Amino acid sequence: MGEERQRRRTLLHRLDVRGAPYAFVAPFFIVFAAFSFYPLIYTSWISLHRVELSTLNLMEWVGFDNYTALWDDDRFWNALLNTFTIGVLSTVPQLLMALGLAHLLNYQLRGSTFFRVAALTPYATSVGAAALVFTMLFERDFGMINWVLSLVGVDNIDWENNKWAAQTAISSIVIWRWTGYNALLYLAAMQAIPRDRYEAAAIDGASRWQQFLKVTVPGIRSTIVFTIVLSTIGATQLFGEPLIFGQGPNGITGGADNQYQTLGLLLYEEGWKNYQMGRAATVAWAMFLLLILVFVVQRIVKRVLTRRT
Amino acid sequence: MTTDSIPVQATDTRPGTTRKTSKATPSGERRRRLFRHPGAGRQHHAGPVAYILLGLAALVSLFPLYWTMVAASTDNTRVTQTPPPFLPGPHLLENLGKAWEDAALGKAMLNSLIVAGVIALSTVLFATLAGFAFAKLRFKGRNILLMLVIGTMMVPPQLGVVPLFMMMTELGWGQKLPAVIFPTLVSAVGVFFMRQYLAEALPDELVEAGRVDGAHSLRIFWSIVLPIARPPMAVLFMITFVHAWNDFFWPFIVLDMTNPTVPVALTQLSAGYVRDQSLIMAGALLGTLPLLALFVVFGRQIVGGIMQGAVKG
Repeated sequence: MGEERQRRRTLLHRLDVRGAPYAFVAPFFIVFAAFSFYPLIYTSWISLHRVELSTLNLMEWVGFDNYTALWDDDRFWNALLNTFTIGVLSTVPQLLMALGLAHLLNYQLRGSTFFRVAALTPYATSVGAAALVFTMLFERDFGMINWVLSLVGVDNIDWENNKWAAQTAISSIVIWRWTGYNALLYLAAMQAIPRDRYEAAAIDGASRWQQFLKVTVPGIRSTIVFTIVLSTIGATQLFGEPLIFGQGPNGITGGADNQYQTLGLLLYEEGWKNYQMGRAATVAWAMFLLLILVFVVQRIVKRVLTRRT
Repeated sequence: MTTDSIPVQATDTRPGTTRKTSKATPSGERRRRLFRHPGAGRQHHAGPVAYILLGLAALVSLFPLYWTMVAASTDNTRVTQTPPPFLPGPHLLENLGKAWEDAALGKAMLNSLIVAGVIALSTVLFATLAGFAFAKLRFKGRNILLMLVIGTMMVPPQLGVVPLFMMMTELGWGQKLPAVIFPTLVSAVGVFFMRQYLAEALPDELVEAGRVDGAHSLRIFWSIVLPIARPPMAVLFMITFVHAWNDFFWPFIVLDMTNPTVPVALTQLSAGYVRDQSLIMAGALLGTLPLLALFVVFGRQIVGGIMQGAVKG
């Protein structure tokens, strides 16, 4: 009797030790599989069909028609190019400024908490609110930015209808929201750099600028790579900023001439304005391929860079 | 993809937080010495130039929010004049009230509160469970599974949005909150974040001691892990709450104006053909206020949390 109970307890114990870890990580993988992985795969299947928004259960096989249509569609190439240019316009200045900001925050500083919290506050603003405010600041006739520019003799810029102006304005929303966040990531990494590396560099006669380039930047390299990856992903899915910047009717098409339509907006336009879910899925799949391409290029660049140093 | 560039074992460098389990090793001693100085690694004191630049950065960060308040407190004619107003006007409460009604913000706020609250709670719970398993329990395939978790951070939610929409329609969840909640119940960043913390802060001996006393895994989790993990759980809760509150793309697609979250409701304000700018700004202000309040109270902790979760060089 006692022996039997002992055996059962050992068995239960072993079952617990073996099984519990899987039970603990299971919720993550189940939810991810159901709502992220499965849809991602299913997207490719849908993209081979004609599916309309009003009749989602009717799927008509069309093979690669959606893909060839997308390839021949000027709007796709336009959106791809816009996604790229807005991505560069927002990511490059954002990360450079974050690096500079982190460097400043890394000094011995009075009120450092204030500066850190201030830098992070835009991160707490929703895309909706931020885009609304910036749309107003960038207004052509009474916007504050044109008013400031007029003080230094620059004529009113039509931020909404001029292609590059619109893309710059949209990028500035992204930059505003994310610079502080990235700066804090850099700051955390900078604080983990051992101090003796700076001492060694100083003994070797390196100036502050040289120390920044030769000690700080290499010291936080993997964080920089991490932020590049994150902001690249963010840039490929840019959606809310241009949508709201277009102020309603022009939002979905990315301006009257699609001058700032991103792939995210094109996806939405195809699916929820033109009611063609199959085509929307094709755009999604194209975005995925684009991401993979970006990562491959980024990896190659990184490898070349590491070999050189 | 580039996951291998992320070192799984990151050094803990939380500034300003006292470590509950400081080891008396030389390296621990050294590390603590570094903590005392916020500018560890760089001894230089900030000069006037640094303060001016930082002041400018703070100004740029905060000005749009201040100006939202200014614009929300004037009327539409004043806000569309040049030069634009720089000081608050007398109409703040009136505009807030009107925006509240026009954009149905009452319902939107409640919805956002439910959505962000449920998502933050479940993310914290599941992230702590999984983080504990990855940090302290031994099982086959642990490293591969952890790499998978990190890898999933790279998959943008947009890619699956079409089938997800079809799934939700089929489930009858279209325009309903579960459609927003369920896909976001867990977060890879959260799992990684908790793993990093527990790997350092939770001594192996404590888990072993629990085992020796005959506690089963869930019991160990409940009585040993949860009390120790409380600070990072609070941080993760706030970060997740902010994210969920601000999430736009998926709620915009799956919800409509009859049952929106705050960011979705805000688009309503700007989409009209007759546009009242002060009213739009009042709405934007209302939608941001809860999070700003969170930042005023917990700003320091959120900053510390983000830096703690960062990938170290």
